Amino acid sequence: MTQQALSDISVLDFTHHIAGPYCAKLLADYGAEVIKVERPGTGDTARDIGPFPNDTPHPEKSGTFLHLNTNKRSITLDLKSDEGRRIALDLASRADAVIESFRPGTMDKFGLGYDALSEANPALVMTSISNFGQTGPYRDWRGSELIFYGMGGELYSTGVSEKEPLKLGGTVGLYQAGTVAAYATLGAIFAARDNGEGQQVDISIMETQAGSIDRRMSMLLAYQYNGEITRRTPLGAASGSGGYPAGVYPCADGFFQFTGGGNYFTRVLDMLDYPEELVGDEWLTPEAQADEDMQGLFDAVFYPWLMERNKAEIWERAQQSRVLSGPLNTMEDLQRDPIFHERGAFAEAEHPEAGTLRYPGRPFIMGATPWAIRRPAPTLGQHTDEILAELGLSDSEIGQLRDGGIV
Amino acid sequence: MTQRLPLEGIRVLDMTVVWAGPYCTTLLADLGAEVIRVESIQIFGPPTRGSSARPPDFVIKNLPPFIGGMPNRDGGKRPWNRYPLFNAHARNKRSMTVDLLRPEGKDIFNRMVAISDVLVENNPTETMQKLGISYDELKKINPALIMLRMPAYGNTGPYQNHRSLGIHIEGVIGHSLLRGYTDLDASANTQVYMADAAAGVGGAFAVACALNHRRRTGEGQLMELSQAENSVPYLGQAFMDYSMNGRSQATLGNRHPTAIQGVYPCAGDDRWIAITIFDERDWELFSEAIGNPDWTREPQFAMHESRRGNHDALDRHISEWTRRQDHREAMSLLQTHGVAAGAVLDQRDAAEDPHLRERAMFEEAHQSDVGTYKYPRAPFKMSQSDVRIRRGPVTLGQDNEYVYKTLLKLSDAEYDALVEAGHIGDEYAEHVG
Repeated sequence: MTQQALSDISVLDFTHHIAGPYCAKLLADYGAEVIKVERPGTGDTARDIGPFPNDTPHPEKSGTFLHLNTNKRSITLDLKSDEGRRIALDLASRADAVIESFRPGTMDKFGLGYDALSEANPALVMTSISNFGQTGPYRDWRGSELIFYGMGGELYSTGVSEKEPLKLGGTVGLYQAGTVAAYATLGAIFAARDNGEGQQVDISIMETQAGSIDRRMSMLLAYQYNGEITRRTPLGAASGSGGYPAGVYPCADGFFQFTGGGNYFTRVLDMLDYPEELVGDEWLTPEAQADEDMQGLFDAVFYPWLMERNKAEIWERAQQSRVLSGPLNTMEDLQRDPIFHERGAFAEAEHPEAGTLRYPGRPFIMGATPWAIRRPAPTLGQHTDEILAELGLSDSEIGQLRDGGIV
Repeated sequence: MTQRLPLEGIRVLDMTVVWAGPYCTTLLADLGAEVIRVESIQIFGPPTRGSSARPPDFVIKNLPPFIGGMPNRDGGKRPWNRYPLFNAHARNKRSMTVDLLRPEGKDIFNRMVAISDVLVENNPTETMQKLGISYDELKKINPALIMLRMPAYGNTGPYQNHRSLGIHIEGVIGHSLLRGYTDLDASANTQVYMADAAAGVGGAFAVACALNHRRRTGEGQLMELSQAENSVPYLGQAFMDYSMNGRSQATLGNRHPTAIQGVYPCAGDDRWIAITIFDERDWELFSEAIGNPDWTREPQFAMHESRRGNHDALDRHISEWTRRQDHREAMSLLQTHGVAAGAVLDQRDAAEDPHLRERAMFEEAHQSDVGTYKYPRAPFKMSQSDVRIRRGPVTLGQDNEYVYKTLLKLSDAEYDALVEAGHIGDEYAEHVG
């Protein structure tokens, strides 16, 4: 088998829901050995989240869980029991990193806080992913993707000024938190290998929005520079880059987005084959790009041009003229796009309960050490016996743990 | 905080533009890599360091804050060093200038490749072709080189030279139609840049993966992060729904697939609070927090499912209450009762937020053309590695002396000749627009 980039790294994964599992998935998909610790009986809460085939809930068929837990092995463990804790410590002593996403303080209550873990394994990295971080006045507060984006991200200026601020789609902010955590975890593992000393990585999901997603940093900095507040713009106002065309326009079979104002306007004229209404030096000035009447004249040519064409036709023509643009695809458009398929952007995996499904593929291509789905998401506790046997437990000891509800 | 930083000793050549690439190298620099931006004073590539090299005052005045909000809305002598979009991701980096379109510039670049560990770029595929820069050539110079390319869609296939910003990529991967108001069509969609941010972090993770492999084997490699493909997993639930059920999900606005959720108006001008009520218990806590008004006992709100079925009516009642509340006080009140709620923090709120302040989310840094300001730090905290802003946002050509004289060991005379030839400088050439 081809070597993978992280195949020398082992991770003990106590996370649930989305952000933490995505962090551990990234590590696992690039080769790390990841053991996922789940609560006996119910397992990861993501098992209860849809989508499910035919909308029929089933703990082994959650699309969210199946996507987020590829390449992991699952062990069930009652962390509130002494034996459960001992097994967790034993597993942690063999791992490079523990990743957890409990409420702050929960791992301490289990006797699995950083001090206990680092006593068992001084080189261990412990990555804690939480709503607001391990310190500070909001530490114990509750959250949701919308709330993180509202407090940490750029919700305030997203949407139109006539209406309430508008969130991003799905739970993209939680995925972003997971990627940040995966990067920081690898950094801490490098440091541990160089220095022989592990450390705690504190991921506040709120801060992963403030510090990264959606260019919030630029807006935060503009406030520092100038005291300016970035607000939502009125419906229909060309937003963002200045000038026109900018934003989303209707076309024959849906919607299409352009960033064609300012310096890019000549490319748009080229795309439109220089219609006579728009020819003349007066169109090529910065003032023209700020003039609402001229924008009206432009729109009178542009809208009919768009409505005569579908997304695919517009995209082809726009790219010939190097116009920054793109269609607004549905999930169906995306998954039927032959170019994405040809590039191998999607993956397929066979799962014992959920069958064969298409999955999101590799986030990036590594020339020498490729991404791979070596195994589908585990069923609950699928690898409990196997993992306990690796720890040296006998069949009868495993049987006792099972009878005691520990595993 | 005594440890050396995890990526200390790793030198990164940074040929990145706009946001996704530069944010990737920011994160590498945060962990201690020596990131050297390779820039040119002979070409201005918008919008990395501005819309143009010397934008007229009225253009600066009309731009939204993230691109126009330079200190005092004044470009100063070198506006490219004062541009918020750039300066937000330019911490901890170095900058050299060289004109890669001339043979001697290319030679200098190759000499830098020989002494670097990583090269990151996110230009259109044909830009690199024009420059004659390819991994196959570079690995002859440096066999252990790690190269990360971050094209919009990919360096192969028909989309390779498609001109895109992050916002267009989001449309293509399906994100734009998953967000938006439920009562307005998609033309009301405003610009967001999720894919850019995702690619930045994903790229940093990719480099870390390759570094791990190189630490073990000494082997470098070429990596390609398509900004579009990198963000597809972020839409996992919607992706799997189509995969399982052939369904293309539509936007839910601010609502949640299973909870009660919304963004509600508060007292004051354009003030809002986000609230998520996940289940029955949350509803009881919420009702108690707002004083158990009569409407909470109406039959239409008796069960979680009936509340979801009457979400519009419920939202009107919740809004009546929130309208009378200060957004931050309502947040504290609800959270004290155990309800998930968050004030929608504008940029001033964030700057003054007691939680972010206690966690030192903003750090002071100096830069010669803007002075001293506070900047948002790295999006993670580490207990032993001293991750902080060690250096303010890099100015154009700030490290030419270091790069040419210290790293490449050029004599003063050689250096001066390259200044004369327009390779080395700290201002864009007069002809650059």
